[in-house]
Amino acid sequence: MAKHETPLLDQLESGPWPSFVTDLKRQAETKPECWDILGQLELSYEERITHWKHGGIVGVFGYGGGIVGRYSDLPKRFPGVEHFHTIRVAQPASKYYSTKNLRQLMDLWEKYGSGMTNFHGSTGDIILLGTRTENLEPFFWDLTHDMGQDLGGSGSNLRTPANCIGQSRCEWACYDTEAVCHAMTLKYQDEIHRPAFPYKFKFKFSGCPNDCVAAIARSDIAVIGTWKDQIRIDQAAVKEYIAGNYPSNGGAHSGRDWGKFDIEKEVVALCPTQCMWMEGGELKIDDTECTRCMHCINVMPRALRPGADTGATICVGAKAPILDGAQFATLIIPFMKMSADNEFEELVEFIEKIWDWWMEIGKNRERVGETMQRLGLPAFLKVMEVEPIPQHVKEPRSNPYVFWSDEEVPGGFERDVVEFRARHAA
Amino acid sequence: MGYNPDKPMDGRISDLGPPHYEQFFPAVIKENKGKWLWHEILQPGVLMHKSETGAEVYTVRVGGARLVSVEFIREVCDIADKHCDGFLRFTTRNNIEFMVDSKAKVQPLLDELASRGNKFPVGGTGAGVTNIVHTQGWVHCHTPATDASGVVKAVMDELFDYFTSMTLPAQCRIALACCLNMCGAVHASDIAILGVHRKPPMIDHLRITGVCELPLAIASCPLGAVKPAKAVVDGKEIKSVQVNVERCMFCGNCYTMCPAMPLADPEGDGIAILVGGKVSNRISMPKFSKLVIPFLPNTTPRWPETVAAVKKIVEAYSKDAHKYERVGEWAERIGWEKFFEKCDIPFTMKSIDDYRLAYDTWRTSTQFKYTSHIK
Repeated sequence: MAKHETPLLDQLESGPWPSFVTDLKRQAETKPECWDILGQLELSYEERITHWKHGGIVGVFGYGGGIVGRYSDLPKRFPGVEHFHTIRVAQPASKYYSTKNLRQLMDLWEKYGSGMTNFHGSTGDIILLGTRTENLEPFFWDLTHDMGQDLGGSGSNLRTPANCIGQSRCEWACYDTEAVCHAMTLKYQDEIHRPAFPYKFKFKFSGCPNDCVAAIARSDIAVIGTWKDQIRIDQAAVKEYIAGNYPSNGGAHSGRDWGKFDIEKEVVALCPTQCMWMEGGELKIDDTECTRCMHCINVMPRALRPGADTGATICVGAKAPILDGAQFATLIIPFMKMSADNEFEELVEFIEKIWDWWMEIGKNRERVGETMQRLGLPAFLKVMEVEPIPQHVKEPRSNPYVFWSDEEVPGGFERDVVEFRARHAA
Repeated sequence: MGYNPDKPMDGRISDLGPPHYEQFFPAVIKENKGKWLWHEILQPGVLMHKSETGAEVYTVRVGGARLVSVEFIREVCDIADKHCDGFLRFTTRNNIEFMVDSKAKVQPLLDELASRGNKFPVGGTGAGVTNIVHTQGWVHCHTPATDASGVVKAVMDELFDYFTSMTLPAQCRIALACCLNMCGAVHASDIAILGVHRKPPMIDHLRITGVCELPLAIASCPLGAVKPAKAVVDGKEIKSVQVNVERCMFCGNCYTMCPAMPLADPEGDGIAILVGGKVSNRISMPKFSKLVIPFLPNTTPRWPETVAAVKKIVEAYSKDAHKYERVGEWAERIGWEKFFEKCDIPFTMKSIDDYRLAYDTWRTSTQFKYTSHIK
């Protein structure tokens, strides 16, 4: 029996898309606090404003992250959501689950929480939405002891790393994103759970430049798969595409009649570097001109594959607009081998070099991309001991304000103005 | 034995990290990892991946709310137990993927999903609109300028046919963030729905002393609009702050740092629409979303202005763009002035940037050539 009237939310129960309102109402039958979620949300719909208080520091002993405190600003009216803390549970790489695992987690959440979740949060964690302070420790005990699972990150720490589906079900992944993501997540548990950074820090691992996990837009260190050698071509399959026997782009465009597949128009002409051509019925690629944008491979997945000498491009410093504006990650390392044999040693060294620098000079709530902007890409490259290469920029600078140093100029900066004046009257 | 509050540190386990992913792989995934050759979308929402071993995995992709209940997840588990040997996965865009290892198992799975009302819409593949990634909104967050789940529901109801079909020129990624903090990182989406505030913060002088570090509140403002000031509370002069409203750009960062500076407001808050962003390096480099509609009101419960605006953009794009062209590539090819015209969106001063950011000569892409510079 509904505890609050929800005429506005009820209007979100119709329509073809699944309704979270219907779902909440069903859950409320066994978890009555869901009525108060609905009640408070309905009030927000009436008044067009949130009713959650600002902040609240809660957590489990020994951790500084993983739980986000939240309190209702109308606790008397909606006692079921008086405390409504969020628990972030670290997700397995690629977000595969067994039903056994999910059922166990759901049983825990039914016992200790509101019964509502997010699958998943924006960063990638499983979000368990809404519980009381006194439930946090018992929940954490059961999570660690009964399930062998753990919380993710929140606050000024390493956030739970995330990866694309990778080689587990994608032919384009140029390295094992699951292996790297899992290895880095385990290696940096301390950094995930105990905030010691100027601000949040994110890793994301995408297997190819299609970047399905949005690494280049959202992560402080974006590890994006790429290759060094030639795109692998199956000329027989190219002919099948030309003959119209294979659908373009893996069938992604089959809902509309786009006309007969035209390899010249749809592949060759759209290549951003114009490095392909047809010759004697075969597709030719000048791989030295290729920038590996993935278009041709996306269009003809049965004919073209990434090269076999694979690794990753490392870009640094992406973030959403708060405060100085949005940033994409900037290319720093064009190609790095990703090998589990040496426990991703090169990547680890790269990560820790950034942290050493940023933890020392980063300002409070300054993402590493903002520190890079504040001090400049040249300063960052020096810190990283990376030689500048044209690949670091879209174009050379257009202003002449170079920060020459004392050592770079013959004679240095020290000069005698009296001696100068002896030769140049004022 | 469970948690003992008298001895909280006894037997405590920490820093386990996530469970190893491999134990959650369906058998066909485990056996063919790293061996996949190609894939094909057989129908909207149904993918087939072919392995070099000859094995095939069929994936059925299902959209839905990100805000889901324990009961719902159990229902998902029931389906996976019945059809998928007890395994499933989620995508980064909050879709659920059910996988089976033969074509014969696909139709029974689709029938099962269809038998459960509208809870499991199949689609979200290829040149269409897939699930909207979004934030918490009024259901959990303290800083939102709009709701999230409700707006998404209303927009997806209207765009539903684009979810279950593949008729667009390319994929169209829509994202919603309920304030400028952008937990949802909508700054690189084909269409971004962004909650915005339009009134400067109020100063709660009664509470500011107890809840704020004044220097942090002052430093939080990127435009120096927050200044130290004196205020009188109960006849006593206290240290507080004031806001130079002419400088305020309504980012809300001061409220994040100082709970005594709330800025949400029913009339002030609403939605801005940004378009033309993308993450992929395909053909063109990643692009930011650009602001084309500065404000639409929070008309609950179904945000008709926002729904109409998004639909109009999708339809104009669908009609006019070339095959493979993303919204941003289309807009750049035809020119932004044509974009505004074709989408019937009035261009205003608000779309002209008067903030700052000058790092645009850095290469924010994986596109580069192997020249002699790379050792």
